[in-house]
Amino acid sequence: MTRFFVLTLNGLTQGAIYAAMALALVMIWRATKVINFAQGAMAMFTSYLALFAIDHGAPYWVGFLVALLSGLLLGGIVERVIVRPVESAPPLNVVILTLGLLLFLEALAPMAFGGQIKSFPPAFSIVGLRFGSTQVAFSPFDVFTLGAVLAVMVLLLVLFQKTNLGLRMRASAFNPEVSRLLGVRVGRMLTLGWALASLVGALAGVLIAPSLLLYPTFMDDVLVFGFTGAVIGGLDSAVGAVVGGLVMGFALAYVGGYFGSDLETVGALVILIAVLMVRPSGLFSLQRVRRV
Amino acid sequence: MVAVRARPNRLVSPTLRRHLPLALGAGVVLFLLSTQIGAYDDYNLAAVAIYAIAAAGLNLLTGLNGQLSLGHGALMAIGAYTASLLLKDHRQFPVVVVLMIAMLSTGVIGIVFGFAAARLRGPYLAGATLTLAVALPQVATRYKSIFGGESGLTVPQPAPPAWLGADFPPERWLAWIALAAAVLTMLLLANLLRSSVGRAFKAVRDDEAAAALAGINVARTQVLAFVISAACAGLAGALFAYWSGITSPAGFSLALSLQLITAIVIGGLGSLAGAVWGSVVLVFVPLLTSGMASRVNLPSSVADNLPLAIYGGILVIAMLVAPHGIQGALRRILAIGRARWGHTPGGGQKGVVDWDDPAPDT
Repeated sequence: MTRFFVLTLNGLTQGAIYAAMALALVMIWRATKVINFAQGAMAMFTSYLALFAIDHGAPYWVGFLVALLSGLLLGGIVERVIVRPVESAPPLNVVILTLGLLLFLEALAPMAFGGQIKSFPPAFSIVGLRFGSTQVAFSPFDVFTLGAVLAVMVLLLVLFQKTNLGLRMRASAFNPEVSRLLGVRVGRMLTLGWALASLVGALAGVLIAPSLLLYPTFMDDVLVFGFTGAVIGGLDSAVGAVVGGLVMGFALAYVGGYFGSDLETVGALVILIAVLMVRPSGLFSLQRVRRV
Repeated sequence: MVAVRARPNRLVSPTLRRHLPLALGAGVVLFLLSTQIGAYDDYNLAAVAIYAIAAAGLNLLTGLNGQLSLGHGALMAIGAYTASLLLKDHRQFPVVVVLMIAMLSTGVIGIVFGFAAARLRGPYLAGATLTLAVALPQVATRYKSIFGGESGLTVPQPAPPAWLGADFPPERWLAWIALAAAVLTMLLLANLLRSSVGRAFKAVRDDEAAAALAGINVARTQVLAFVISAACAGLAGALFAYWSGITSPAGFSLALSLQLITAIVIGGLGSLAGAVWGSVVLVFVPLLTSGMASRVNLPSSVADNLPLAIYGGILVIAMLVAPHGIQGALRRILAIGRARWGHTPGGGQKGVVDWDDPAPDT
């Protein structure tokens, strides 16, 4: 029972990070109908930038801000410079484009920052909390991770549901033509959507970097699990992304804990297939699949 | 391929009469080429042939049937492990038998995946196959006693027959095997695509509802495309096992699956020739870039990663300037040339372009 409790806590923290990654993917999918395979690599790069700042004497929080802001900037630049020109190209081309960006960033990072594996400092202690005499595998940094992801999600919810800007962004994603006629600067909204999604991805990177260590491909698995979570939840649903990410976190923790860590990805595959066989467009998708 | 064999009258069809001379011509050219180059280049040529088989199968699935698979590396792994397990117990199995068994077993497993895939669309299928690509190598890591764990299984190199002489380079023999398999696969696929089966694939890709109204069984067509594609991947995987001499999970990483999808998009989606161009790019661009990087005096952290950076950059730029891949660009150049010099279509310069379907894909 204790083991189950510990695994649940681990799953929750990991799941929060996968949820952030899934949310980043879903935001971009909803805005531009693109799966951004470079999302992980972009988060990797912003984590390197954060570490660069910290290594040069900046306090952790400055590094944290560097990661988020550079994520915002990088997302905007990528949308504007690379994705915009292929807006009307076949969808697979955009997939290859983001894959190219992924490879490029993963090669650029060791060139710019050195190829060796680096440790990334956590914001708070990673030693488990104590309740009386028992120590649990849940550290202050895990609490911070959960809090940070939750805070970003609440802020995004407020932005999209309660502000005029959020309404315009949703309108641009829902129907670009009509939005343009109504005076919405659709191009700007898409750039902003990518920038915000990239910020959420950068948050995931900076939060998981202390436990995974920093190397050029360290976000690859997070991207795959985040994508799997997004697909489980349904790519059109932000709530689905969060739920799917958490499902992935718990599933990987339980499978890893009870069956061995080398079966984690197999467990992910089984769950994904099971969900998709029942609901081919994910759990929370509102779209009806047309059957022929 | 199954469908071609099931209709013996097709063997004398005009399609075959068109494709057979091309295949024989390609075979002769490749044979001559392989004898003129060194052993190292023969080895690279074999790699191109192997990638071309897998990429052609993937192009049939993704380009012509519209099912996006990001997990074809996993299907190659099934073929490679089948071959390696066979050779572990029976080292003297003839190459042809090993290749056939690997192809068939991957095709059979492809039926299972195909049924699952036929229910999924677009990014959902991409997600499922992506997870497959990540998960399957883990199975090999887990069951060490069968699959050899991380270190994998060793595969004996196919020995050239005695009549070729004692000092015949084994790399060239390997290249011949791979090239023969590739030419044969292309011939069979080219025939298949010109048949009613190939037309059904495209109809399902373009509009499922319309295809169903025209009397095509959509799900069965999709499963069939997946099975044929899987069989190609299995064949390529078995050849890959011979080629690399070792079958380990690291050889079938997610990168391999992504490379294959890259190859077909760079080469030209929906065309068999495109699969060949893409495979050439896949093998030779990294060789070229690392050659260039090693010639310039650079710090090692830059020199080691420059080829990958250039490769990634090429992918981005290629998608911006040539959205229909190399084959699409070639078609345009040929079309401009014909218009300018008054060549009638089908006459004069033909070459590899006629290998694939005449209607360019949008």
